[in-house]
Amino acid sequence: MQELLGVPAAVLFGQLLLGLINGSFYALLSLGLAVIFGMLNVINFAHGALYMTGAFVAWMLLNYLGIGYWPALVLVPIAVGALGVLMEKTMLSRLYKLDHLYGLLLTFGLALIIEGLFRNGYGVSGQPYPIPDILSGGYNLGFMFLPIYRGWVIIASLIICFGTWFLVERTRFGAYLRAAVENQQLVRAFGINVPLLMTMAFGFAVALAGVAGVLAAPIYQVSPLMGQQVIIVVFAIVVIGGLGSIMGSIITGLGVGIIEGLTKTFYPEGSAVVVFVLMAIVLVLRPHGLFGRPRT
Amino acid sequence: MRLGKTALLGAVFALAAGSAHADISDGVLRIGVLNDQSGLYTDLGGPGSVEAAKMAVEDFGGTVNGMPIEIVSADHQNKPDIGSNIVRQWIDVDGVDVIVDVPTSSVALAVQKVTAEKDTAFLMSGPASTRLTNEDCAATGVHYSYDTYALAIGTGKAMVQEGGDTWFFLTADYAFGHSLEQDTSNVVEENGGKVLGVVRHPLSSSDFSSYLLQAQGSGAKVIGLANAGGDTTNSIKQASEFGITQSGQRLAALLMFITDVDALGLDVAQGLTLTTGFYWNMNEETRAFADRFAARMDGQRPTMVQAGVYSAVAHYLKAVAEANDDGGKAAVDQMKKLPINDFFATNGTIRDDGRMVHDMYLAQVKTPAESTGKWDYYNILRTIPGDQAFQPLSESRCPLIKG
Repeated sequence: MQELLGVPAAVLFGQLLLGLINGSFYALLSLGLAVIFGMLNVINFAHGALYMTGAFVAWMLLNYLGIGYWPALVLVPIAVGALGVLMEKTMLSRLYKLDHLYGLLLTFGLALIIEGLFRNGYGVSGQPYPIPDILSGGYNLGFMFLPIYRGWVIIASLIICFGTWFLVERTRFGAYLRAAVENQQLVRAFGINVPLLMTMAFGFAVALAGVAGVLAAPIYQVSPLMGQQVIIVVFAIVVIGGLGSIMGSIITGLGVGIIEGLTKTFYPEGSAVVVFVLMAIVLVLRPHGLFGRPRT
Repeated sequence: MRLGKTALLGAVFALAAGSAHADISDGVLRIGVLNDQSGLYTDLGGPGSVEAAKMAVEDFGGTVNGMPIEIVSADHQNKPDIGSNIVRQWIDVDGVDVIVDVPTSSVALAVQKVTAEKDTAFLMSGPASTRLTNEDCAATGVHYSYDTYALAIGTGKAMVQEGGDTWFFLTADYAFGHSLEQDTSNVVEENGGKVLGVVRHPLSSSDFSSYLLQAQGSGAKVIGLANAGGDTTNSIKQASEFGITQSGQRLAALLMFITDVDALGLDVAQGLTLTTGFYWNMNEETRAFADRFAARMDGQRPTMVQAGVYSAVAHYLKAVAEANDDGGKAAVDQMKKLPINDFFATNGTIRDDGRMVHDMYLAQVKTPAESTGKWDYYNILRTIPGDQAFQPLSESRCPLIKG
């Protein structure tokens, strides 16, 4: 077998593909964070908890109501998004005038509460969520066995990521949003309901976390810990990509997934910290992140 | 996460510091249950272990030689520094007389140093590393429910004898994982098998596909999972997703608790072979305890860690009552003199290196068809007698033995 960098080429390709799969999760989650930071100026620490909530709502739909994976893919983002709207309306919207730190502390507290509730109710071992029949099984690609479900996750995440990018960067709605970030007063003067715009943006970004939760449920155990395991990495990705940059978070998410995958091959012990090493390097060389612009 | 936990811990300390200074001479026996109460090992020990300790105290009558017994508990978050700080605080300020449970070998190793130094009894039900009765043994420590040697002898040996003679390990990268990998490798090699490779992953990983792919590439007949809790369940789940078991490789879940089987569901877990020190559905006595436990724990059946906590605390109380001394070494010396006979262990004895020797069981997870309901999960394949299950005293590297 041909070797690249001291490992069989087949193994290397397999690891790259796995990295891409994890990367697409990272991209989906960091995208939501980037939207929230870019539009609302809030560092949403509850994002991981909301992702976990998404997975749990999918599990509850299945176990209590018999509603399966495909309807969940639509219902869960709506439910989690609604929770987000509630959070924004009742709590976050009151903090916009204050320092970032208040939003961070509020969302951090919310994350602890949400996680605590699920932990008390369901323990930490996690609940099983089956892969839908049509997506079970896999293909032998020659260099690795690719479960169909993981392939579906890449495709679904990429569609959602680029759809979001298109919405924000290329549509009128997105233009209003970006304008509202630059100058609220002016946009308001044009008769646009800015607070509503903010609420919608937050609800949408939180719904993205909900979708990611549904996609993750069949791969990982549905566990109260799944949010905190991933959120720190996702924050690092947003910082590396440049705070608030949408394309930056998508590309960095995929890139970090791949780098992590390679680390797992060559130096597995370091796989949990490689993203932070990367973050440190990027911050030294480009303090605004790879795709970020200095904020005024 | 860290910020919040630190703040919480601060609050716990503040509360603890406010309570009265006391020790046994103040007429109270205090039991400190220390374990993971929020992370990946919560369900196997956690609040269940605290409840088991309470049951042991209640069954003992709530007092020892006329002195009331109190239970305190805390979350060590699987961090050795936090664990040893709590234990110091408990012993120095709060008058705690015995530390119980402490899963996560790295934390237990740190606590063992503190309790040895402060002459406080340490009853280990949760941790697995054999270092606790070898290099790091102490006259005040009792390693109670199981250890990595017993797991290796049980599951490792059984799988080699069934033809699984080439192994690849997925190892949690800390004291417990290393110990389990080492002990199992020894057993595999002694029985004519061969270890083809190892990959060490960080504790509490969520994605194992990359490691599993490396294990698959190695061509080993058996993939040994030298990890625990959520790491094990995620490994098993993803192994089935990547078609690893279908392609002929076998998984050896070297440490698996009944709560892990419950979390996976029998569809995924069926057929796995595992070693355990306790199964609730073995006889009248074990069922009676499990039913009482379940009634207090939302229907959950006890793991071997939780059942071990009950047994260890009950035995400790008996010893303290007889010796009328709660000094660590005095109490443990008395524990060593008495045999243990309860639902957990028959004729269990505590050796000079601190190892509690009792029978272990090789079990296989039932198929969904065989199971009669929730928590009916194991077929017991055979009993591994205590003298075979644990490392012989003659091989111990414990300084207390060498004199």
